[in-house]
Amino acid sequence: MRHLLSTADLDAAEAVRILDTAAQMAATQAREIKKLPTLRGRTVVNLFFEDSTRTRISFETAAKRLSADVLNFSAKGSSVSKGESLKDTALTLQAMGADAVIVRHPASGAPHVLAHAGWTTGAVVNAGDGMHQHPTQALLDAYTLRRHLVGDGGRSDASGRDLAGVHVAIVGDVLHSRVARSNVHLLHTLGARVTLVAPPTLVPVGVEAWPAQVSYDLDEVVADGKPDAVMMLRVQRERMSSAGGGFFPSPLEYTRGYGLDGRRLAALPSHAIVLHPGPMNRGLEISAEAADSPRAVVVEQVANGVAVRMAVLYLLLAGDDAAGRETRADAGTAGSGETTRDDA
Amino acid sequence: MSSQSTGVPADGGTGETPTVVTEVMGVPEIGRALTRIAHEILERNKGGTGLVLLGIPTRGLPLAHRLADRLARVEPGLDAAALAGSLDVTMYRDDLAHQPTRSIGATRVPGAGIDGRVVVLVDDVLFSGRTIRAALDALSDLGRPRAVQLAALVDRGHRELPIRADFVGKNLPTSLSERVRVLLEETDGRDAVVIETRRGDGERGEEPR
Repeated sequence: MRHLLSTADLDAAEAVRILDTAAQMAATQAREIKKLPTLRGRTVVNLFFEDSTRTRISFETAAKRLSADVLNFSAKGSSVSKGESLKDTALTLQAMGADAVIVRHPASGAPHVLAHAGWTTGAVVNAGDGMHQHPTQALLDAYTLRRHLVGDGGRSDASGRDLAGVHVAIVGDVLHSRVARSNVHLLHTLGARVTLVAPPTLVPVGVEAWPAQVSYDLDEVVADGKPDAVMMLRVQRERMSSAGGGFFPSPLEYTRGYGLDGRRLAALPSHAIVLHPGPMNRGLEISAEAADSPRAVVVEQVANGVAVRMAVLYLLLAGDDAAGRETRADAGTAGSGETTRDDA
Repeated sequence: MSSQSTGVPADGGTGETPTVVTEVMGVPEIGRALTRIAHEILERNKGGTGLVLLGIPTRGLPLAHRLADRLARVEPGLDAAALAGSLDVTMYRDDLAHQPTRSIGATRVPGAGIDGRVVVLVDDVLFSGRTIRAALDALSDLGRPRAVQLAALVDRGHRELPIRADFVGKNLPTSLSERVRVLLEETDGRDAVVIETRRGDGERGEEPR
């Protein structure tokens, strides 16, 4: 793994490896001393062209817990507001010796350009680009789902397991949601079944090509689909022009059709959990009753986000890629994939 | 070790330089070494109270469990399950940047933690000493043991740090071009300690890591 740009690039083995690494990272975060020396001397740059609190803080926490140096670069109040291009910003960061660039950008594909244009040699992690992808969010959602739904409801060790047989309903503003796009690909790769639930106006064109079913009726999905998890998406009012932006008649009508309230929560299977990537619009897509119920794992998602991002940074930065290719080449003759430890 | 050298070429040879595998310890030798180490641990620490055995994955872990079983057999008051744990040192290694990305193992400290107790680190092969240095760092993040001791099934020499084992199963003088492998029932299907030598392989000598 050189960069993390899209969950569509991950195969099942890589995704499970990230989740397993995240589980070990999470275990270290229960200790009194949470800091690990693993990425000492590495520099991680948070390059944020879009507002973000939890993702940026989550990445910053993850990098610091692994002892990397973190530089925060937000577009507001920086040279970007004076008109600097992405290229010049990237070259500047390269000159400062960034080993990893975590980028959030309003334009879909900006992280891809950053990773492949040759402006920077560091690893690029996509922290959300336009309406395209937000891979670490999908990974933390998958990690949370696995913890609760795989391995006897989280009581036994789920490491090495995927999400086969799990049914996830993703509800709400699918059109504007990079979280939904990332999740559809990742959950499908991990063997889960995904149903997208949204008003027709908030379903993107070309959704038939996605590995997911589409429904316009939340009550029907809750009653007949018996989802193991419901992932509520934030209604992204900032990407809509007026109140509902013409996507739905009124907030109240949206809530009636697609909001998760106490009634729908009660109709879910008893083991089902509720996820939300945050920040929540209480009263719009999720009622306070649902958001504060013990089945909502929203706060745990935030904690898991740090562990998953530690895992991603570890897997991208800790090893030597060149050595990896060499060893994998002669592992074929040694007959063992794992490096034999005789160096104690 | 010369008495047991058989000089059997490695199975599954791929037509490259043949590897000569010499078995230096078998099932009875490993069993006897572990039993002796168990007694030495009890003797040195005047009993088994306040002991924690932490195995370093992958192969230190089953060794720690075997030692814990033997300790419990000698001292009936001890509970083997509450004695052994694992200590993953991957994230504390100093050679991460020069290796392909390693998978992270589990760290499980039994019972009441390590504060004020005597920790015996258990590993299969003691070589450069770098793994043990990493383990000492990992330990200090987990707590403050009263003392730390080291048990290794094989000490093959070539230390790069001022580290020595308190309990050694077998001292094995080796050259750097040789490769010492410990095979265990739990991880490899059989118990053995073997030395692998690549014949006519001068330039690709095993570097100590």
